Amino acid sequence: MCGTDKKLGEIRALILVGGYGTRLRPLTLSRPKPLVEFANKPILMHQIEALVDAGVTQVILAVSYRADDMEKELTEQVSKLGVSLTFSHETEPLGTAGPLALASEFLSSSPEPFFVLNSDVICDFPFKELAKYHRSHGKEGTIVVTKVEEPSKYGVVVYQDDGQIESFVEKPQEFISNKINAGMYILNPSVLSRIELRPMSIEKEVFPFMARDGQLHAMELQGFWMDVGQPKDFLTGMCLYLTSLRQKNSNKLYDGTGVVGNVLIDPTAKIGKGCRIGPNVTIGPDVIIEDGACIKRSTILRGACVRQHAWLDGCIVGWRSVVGRWVRMENTTVLGEDVIVKDELYVNGGQVLPHKSIALSVPEPQIIM
Amino acid sequence: MLKAVILIGGPQKGTRFRPLSLDTPKPLFPIAGKPLIQHHIEACVKLPECREILIIGSYTTTHMAQFVSDMQKEYHVIIRYLQEFTPLGTGGGLYHFRDQIRAGNPSAFFLLNGDVCADFPLKQLWYFHQERSNALVTIMGTEATREQSVHYGCLVLEEPSKSVTHYVEKPNSYVSTLINCGVYVCSLNVFHIMADAFQRKQDGFYSGNGQGTPHPGYMSWEQDVLAPLAGTKKMYAMQVTNWWSQVKTAGSAIYANRHYLMLSNKQDEDAKKDICHVFSEVFIHPSASVDPTAVIGPNVSIGAGVTIKAGVRIKESIILNNATIHEHSLVMYSVVGQEASVGEWSRVEGTPSDPDPNKPFAKMDNTPLFNTDGRLNPSVSILGAGVVVPAETILLNSIVLPHKHLTRSFKHEIIL
Repeated sequence: MCGTDKKLGEIRALILVGGYGTRLRPLTLSRPKPLVEFANKPILMHQIEALVDAGVTQVILAVSYRADDMEKELTEQVSKLGVSLTFSHETEPLGTAGPLALASEFLSSSPEPFFVLNSDVICDFPFKELAKYHRSHGKEGTIVVTKVEEPSKYGVVVYQDDGQIESFVEKPQEFISNKINAGMYILNPSVLSRIELRPMSIEKEVFPFMARDGQLHAMELQGFWMDVGQPKDFLTGMCLYLTSLRQKNSNKLYDGTGVVGNVLIDPTAKIGKGCRIGPNVTIGPDVIIEDGACIKRSTILRGACVRQHAWLDGCIVGWRSVVGRWVRMENTTVLGEDVIVKDELYVNGGQVLPHKSIALSVPEPQIIM
Repeated sequence: MLKAVILIGGPQKGTRFRPLSLDTPKPLFPIAGKPLIQHHIEACVKLPECREILIIGSYTTTHMAQFVSDMQKEYHVIIRYLQEFTPLGTGGGLYHFRDQIRAGNPSAFFLLNGDVCADFPLKQLWYFHQERSNALVTIMGTEATREQSVHYGCLVLEEPSKSVTHYVEKPNSYVSTLINCGVYVCSLNVFHIMADAFQRKQDGFYSGNGQGTPHPGYMSWEQDVLAPLAGTKKMYAMQVTNWWSQVKTAGSAIYANRHYLMLSNKQDEDAKKDICHVFSEVFIHPSASVDPTAVIGPNVSIGAGVTIKAGVRIKESIILNNATIHEHSLVMYSVVGQEASVGEWSRVEGTPSDPDPNKPFAKMDNTPLFNTDGRLNPSVSILGAGVVVPAETILLNSIVLPHKHLTRSFKHEIIL
């Protein structure tokens, strides 16, 4: 067992960060998507911590834009975890496979398999089990699959009882499988020979051929899974994540008066009297929740303020934003950074760009420039 | 000696005021803490010569008895309710009760439509009338916009005598921007003119076959009396710039509430500040229970026995007797009916329907309930009596009929 663990320690990981994260605007207008806090921790840190936990020592970030501040901030955070961070910059978007070719120098520097993951995925990361299972079957690659309720919307994975993948079917009209690609893989360096340095899709141009050659296995994910790349799913993912924290009896969940269900509150946040917080709420550092506010199924990011008697359901409140007194916000309202919502307004599904002050209600979903 | 007559119509009228008029006759709907026509009575009793106020309508006496007795006690003038046996129109009722009006031989009588609100300048109107010895009727007139004038009675005056040379009720095309406010001074001889009009009506009725014609006593004051009087130099109009509006819809009730609150004396403002945080003007009935953390105003009237809980915000609204507004909720541009309840963290919101503030002389647009697409026009929200709005919901631009217990949010709907 000790020997196996030591071998795991040599594993590298590549995270496909990609572009600007336009689907998570207006939040990503202020901060690169990997740094947007999901449950009070940058999305990318959830993944890196899980990778470190599985013994990964080098993380390569495949990014298609330069963001010096992101690189600086991430390098700082990651260095505490004892893992090295490498940025692999694409000069043009290379899809989901091309970045592997670009980073092949790092990925092929040892014969050990490496992890690949999409940056928007939140789940109970199964990297240890994935590595173990991958070694047990000895083939070129293993992909994590997750069960979905409506497989016809996705590309599904068809595999045998032993895990060997037979085929991929895009948006099946008739049911053939309810397992979809969860966006996490472990691959042997030999897979790099199947990839060219050009825009290339790993799902369409690499995996089907590996499956044809009998070189690709599937491992089913236990527990929740969510692609949190857009606001609606970000909130759904948060609910699943908090539920999972509860199941693990995590002491991170807040337990105090006025709190209902699973709630995460940073210790530096201030909560007023007579509030009702929860279920499914995350409150970031330095946030102020004034007396008599009610918040459900929402994320309040660092430094924001929710004033007295406000009512929020299904909202993301951006950094340093202020939600006025008696404001009602609902239906996936997203406030960018430093937005002010004046007292007594109603915001229904508003997407508000950063540094905006709103003085009129938004009764129907719309983007506020 | 002077008298006053207030015409209040009957239950068939005031339907645009539903569902509020389902429980309370519209003339008794409280505005700024007083029934609508109590403001008329207050204007009348300011003239010491005014010794009797007659209220004419077709509401049953039981609806009006309590109010009349309360008024009688409060104002020490004779106040009586005269019930029409059948709706006789604005002129028919007046003519039917002519002997009651003439009794005691008053110098003249004021005639006030019950569905208007105003800073009534009755004294000036009376002086104006007295100065014109041949005047049978003096109309209070006000300026309207060209577009809106056609919804009212339109007057054309001869200068400088101010005699009315032309009168048309709700013309099809533009006539004049001077409109009839439904406030008059009449000399007793007006009944001679009415007798002629009545005779013409009778003749018309008995020359027909009785099909499709209204009751023979039916007479329109505006069409059958005022219109023929134009050009006879027996009718004059005094143009005023005082605040005036019709009260047709619930939206106009909130508008009227604001103006009556501003007109009423402000001696109790300091006392109200002790109750909770108040933005002037507000009326809070002494028997209402208001949490000190509530924030109320501007333009709010809170009725008897109302309970306002902690952290509540109310503005531009009328809260009727015994309603309860629970913690942290917001009520704006709405009327909350008697015994109704708004749950905690709920939001009851309507759309203001004030006159266009950017147009001089603009009046309330009494827009129809539905627009041409069949959708509800945005208006104030109304909770009928006994309606329950659950916690954490929103009721936006909606009308809820009495005693309905809602279970979810509603927007732009009439909830039966």
